Amino acid sequence: MQIYLPIAEVSVNAFLLLGLGGIVGVLSGMFGVGGGFLMTPLLFFIGIPPAVAVATEANQIVASSFSGVLAHLRRRTVDLRMGTVLLAGGLVGAGLGVTVFNYLKSLGQVDLLVKLCYVVFLGVIGSLMFVESLRALRRARAPGGAAPKRRQRNWVHSLPFKMKFRTSGLYISVIPPLIVGLIVGVLAAIMGVGGGFIMVPAMIYILGMPTKVVVGTSLFQIIFVTAFTTLLHATTNFTVDMVLAVLLLVGGVIGAQIGTVIGTRLKAEQLRILLAIMVLAVCGKLALDLLIEPTELYSLGEGGH
Amino acid sequence: MLLRTLALCLAFALPAQGEEVVAELSQTNVSITTNFTGSEILIFGAVKRTAPIPDDSDLHVIITVAGPSEPVTIRRKSRVAGIWVNTAAADIDAAPSFYAVASTGPLEDVLTQTDDLRHKISATRLIRAIDTGDAASELDSFTAALLRIRAEDGLFQQLEGDVRLTDDTLFSAEVSLPANLTEGDYATRVFLTREGQVIDSFDTVIDVRKVGLERFLYNLAHDKPLVYGLMSLAIAIAAGWGAAAFFRYVRG
Repeated sequence: MQIYLPIAEVSVNAFLLLGLGGIVGVLSGMFGVGGGFLMTPLLFFIGIPPAVAVATEANQIVASSFSGVLAHLRRRTVDLRMGTVLLAGGLVGAGLGVTVFNYLKSLGQVDLLVKLCYVVFLGVIGSLMFVESLRALRRARAPGGAAPKRRQRNWVHSLPFKMKFRTSGLYISVIPPLIVGLIVGVLAAIMGVGGGFIMVPAMIYILGMPTKVVVGTSLFQIIFVTAFTTLLHATTNFTVDMVLAVLLLVGGVIGAQIGTVIGTRLKAEQLRILLAIMVLAVCGKLALDLLIEPTELYSLGEGGH
Repeated sequence: MLLRTLALCLAFALPAQGEEVVAELSQTNVSITTNFTGSEILIFGAVKRTAPIPDDSDLHVIITVAGPSEPVTIRRKSRVAGIWVNTAAADIDAAPSFYAVASTGPLEDVLTQTDDLRHKISATRLIRAIDTGDAASELDSFTAALLRIRAEDGLFQQLEGDVRLTDDTLFSAEVSLPANLTEGDYATRVFLTREGQVIDSFDTVIDVRKVGLERFLYNLAHDKPLVYGLMSLAIAIAAGWGAAAFFRYVRG
């Protein structure tokens, strides 16, 4: 069934959009990532104008994250206090990120920088997670292997302004989570995604939060950052397509619920290795696009650079 | 220059052969609804004469449909340090978002260069005529790329030989407007040519507009963006909550 999108001004298959939303929703629920880093390139691929794709995707992430976070709240796997600290950093970071983005845009080449950002961050994070979770899986399989002791005392514990995060079982300074939130906010604004795929590993490896709490807390923070982004796009660029968003989020919210159930059935190490493989796959695809000669060397953009 | 243009205009205004074109469209309004999948427009008409059909030359018909013009930037990639990067760009002040040219034969046979230039009929003339005019040598490859990319999306159609002409009097052609259409006035022109020269022409407009839900959402997004943005968020949160509640209910 073809449907005409009023803002994107293209006609697309409604079931294709529902399906895409569903698949990305499942991943979102499983890993606590918004799925923007997968969905945005997919939308480009089916012919949605990039500006509309980025803005509408933010709106869809609000829905799937909200659906996911409700399930996590009920199971008490959301660290609200940590989420709020991350969010404070995130909103400041998003504001900074938009400024940086507009500056790069004025220089041209913003597409390339966004793509390079993706390749570098997805590559580094994907490989780190893959190696670490593979090691964890091996340790778990070894007979009599003790549970891996991941939380050791490091520089994070020697900073001032300590705060108690009961849900995460942490007593650490607020500076590291603020900085993590800030960096994620900047990158999220530049790369046009929620930033969960950066935040989840940062929470595990830098802040030392338990994996089960990480997913819910990341979703909680993403809701607010993407809601802020949606409003920004809607009021400045008029690029949020409600029809596109509704189709994506109907598939997305259902997928997120299914994903949350799958997520609780898998071991933390398995969950992390799957996320790592997915991140590396997207990274590989983007890297190939940059390296292989494209079939069409020319591309069209809106006039006036 | 002014004098020459004036002279050309005067020469053109004289009805050389006494043949006039009368044309009609199967529809002059195209409504973009939610299930819009494109539209087929039939353009038909006849040649009105006060004298017998001249038999010294062949009569040809050219029909063009042009969507609203917009500025376009065309970028070209090349390899820099191993990766493919946009390295060159050309700006075009205004290029039609949609352009179809239908004719009774190959354009170069039915139209002379001078008349093409004067009436801006072939796509390359249409685009070239309105560009900024810098980097002229490189520009050809950029405009060719623009037409190639647009043709792949069905937004540029060269329909040589698609105009049917019966007894040098009745003509008709179909132009299909694709689903990925921009809203606006689609200027439609019909030209009669003999020996490559335009002897008469006819202008009309196809009005392409969004209607219903499409119109409502588009207007809201542009007139009350904050309301529209908040509405989008409300829908997102309601959908997220609805799905969560539904699944909890299903699982008991």
